[in-house]
Amino acid sequence: MPLLDESVRNEVKREFADLSGAVKLLVFTQEFECDYCAETRSLAEELSELSDRIEVEVHDLLDSKAVAEKYGIDKIPAIVVLGEGDRDYGIRFFGVPAGYEFSSLLEAIKMAASGDSGLSPEAREALKELKNHVHIQVFVTLTCPYCPMAVQLAHRCAVESELVRADMVEASEFPHLAYRYGVYAVPKVVMNERGSFEGALPEKAFVDHLLAAGS
Amino acid sequence: MAKLKFLVSTELGRAFKEGHPYDLVIVGAGPAGLTAAVYAARKKLEALLISKDVGGQTLLTSDIENYMGYHYISGKELAAKFEEQVKKYPIDIAVGEEVVSLGRAGEDFALVTASGKEIRARAVIVATGKRSRPLNVPGERELVGRGVSYCAVCDAPLFAGKDVAVIGAGNSGATAVVDLLKIANRIYVVDIMPEWRADPVLVERIGAAGEKVETFFAHEVIRIEGKDRVEGIVIRARGGGDEVKLPLQGVFIEIGLIPNSDLAKGFLELNEAGEIVVDCRCRTSVPGVFAAGDVTNVPEKQVIIAAGEGAKAALSAYAYLIGQRR
Ligand SMILES: Cc1cc2nc3c(=O)[nH]c(=O)nc-3n(C[C@H](O)[C@H](O)[C@H](O)COP(=O)(O)OP(=O)(O)OC[C@H]3O[C@@H](n4cnc5c(N)ncnc54)[C@H](O)[C@@H]3O)c2cc1C
Repeated sequence: MPLLDESVRNEVKREFADLSGAVKLLVFTQEFECDYCAETRSLAEELSELSDRIEVEVHDLLDSKAVAEKYGIDKIPAIVVLGEGDRDYGIRFFGVPAGYEFSSLLEAIKMAASGDSGLSPEAREALKELKNHVHIQVFVTLTCPYCPMAVQLAHRCAVESELVRADMVEASEFPHLAYRYGVYAVPKVVMNERGSFEGALPEKAFVDHLLAAGS
Repeated sequence: MAKLKFLVSTELGRAFKEGHPYDLVIVGAGPAGLTAAVYAARKKLEALLISKDVGGQTLLTSDIENYMGYHYISGKELAAKFEEQVKKYPIDIAVGEEVVSLGRAGEDFALVTASGKEIRARAVIVATGKRSRPLNVPGERELVGRGVSYCAVCDAPLFAGKDVAVIGAGNSGATAVVDLLKIANRIYVVDIMPEWRADPVLVERIGAAGEKVETFFAHEVIRIEGKDRVEGIVIRARGGGDEVKLPLQGVFIEIGLIPNSDLAKGFLELNEAGEIVVDCRCRTSVPGVFAAGDVTNVPEKQVIIAAGEGAKAALSAYAYLIGQRR
């Protein structure tokens, strides 16, 4: 049985009607599939059926070690969203992007297709000042209505700056990480292991944190 | 494994024109603001809907069974349907923005956002709703995000196998308990009142869970303890008695709501509860400024009432703007 029902499929088709470039979804799973690994793979495959611009490539975490390393994949399920010509903008999803995070996956696909971050001119200008690499991890649950704002903002920053990689991490699928980073409320944003904050911040405040983390 | 749902909506919002005078600015995109937006758009007003999020309190609600036309719908699905209807019209929408002040600017009104942007409007509808009331006990503020939560739907999945407390035994507290039943190990319920004040259906469901849930009625919370994260709460029976310490990792505070009327303080008349005072046409104490929904002194806080008030506020604002043009 498909994961996406008829009405969701129709909505998604509308969202994807004007995808301007090609998108590739790299899905990482393994032979003995983890919790939600099968769902993550099916989800990617169902999405690719809804637009001829979307291609899916499934990798086994162990068999495709080199690919996993190239994209920094250390846990599954994972999705990497690549743009035209396999361009890596730094967009990652760890855990199944269902619930509210489904919209973040759709947004990421649209962004990777256009290559446009959609950030405000001020934020784009500010991000030019970024000096060092920043790894953003946004911890979410699938029932959190405020989480997609943080995830989508992080992904936008990744598309805008080559120095930024942004992961959505579904906290309940990776309890050891939730424990390590002290995730007791979502969204929780961790930047370069050190700085972290809870809540969905407006664009400017988010970018300020990012600049501080990468200075 | 729970059945997965897939929600398409929630967009970060379209651009809006800074400094440009809109006919109408609607602050807040809960049921009241979203309905006002549809009515304003149909009157062809040049309108901006500005809000921190889309859906307001409905996002925090698991099921709604009393909104007409839907026998049963989850809060997020209802919000998504409202949003879809708003998006059919060409009005500006700014999501992720908080309005921090509202005041006069000559003939117009000026609104300032937390991000420092200024917006001009000829008329304004305040539909900012309510937010959770804090307990105001030692330890609470320090431990927000470290085990203290005001959003059970959001944070419950983080407490798998943990011991937690739900403070408040009304409908929202009971709903939080029901959400936590499948997740947490042990759930303590603390309330200053002597019994549940929740709908009997919910109380029955909790009763069926047996010993997993322990209630402390007629008890108050003295403090929340913990250094970097919540380690326990200290409670005491009302009217004296010994302090009891409950070791636990999460505290869900569900003791009611307070109005989001800070932006209007000193500008609009508020009642003792901090609600914006309106008349039956949703007019506030300042001509040209209207208010609707949970943030107002209108009795009964329900989706259907907030939506109805939102419609009324938009039509009143339209009548006001037409009057101004003459
Ligand atoms: C747990 C729970 C369960 C409920 N169950 C039901 C039910 O079953 N049936 C029912 O009918 N009702 C129910 N309600 C009540 C119902 O949700 C509210 O009455 C309704 O949402 C009020 O709508 P509103 O638009 O006035 O305000 P809200 O829904 O509170 O929306 C206010 C909006 O304003 C935004 N905002 C606030 N301040 C600012 C600011 N300064 N700047 C910008 N934006 C701002 C908020 O982000 C939000 O989007 C429930 C409420 C809760 C909390």
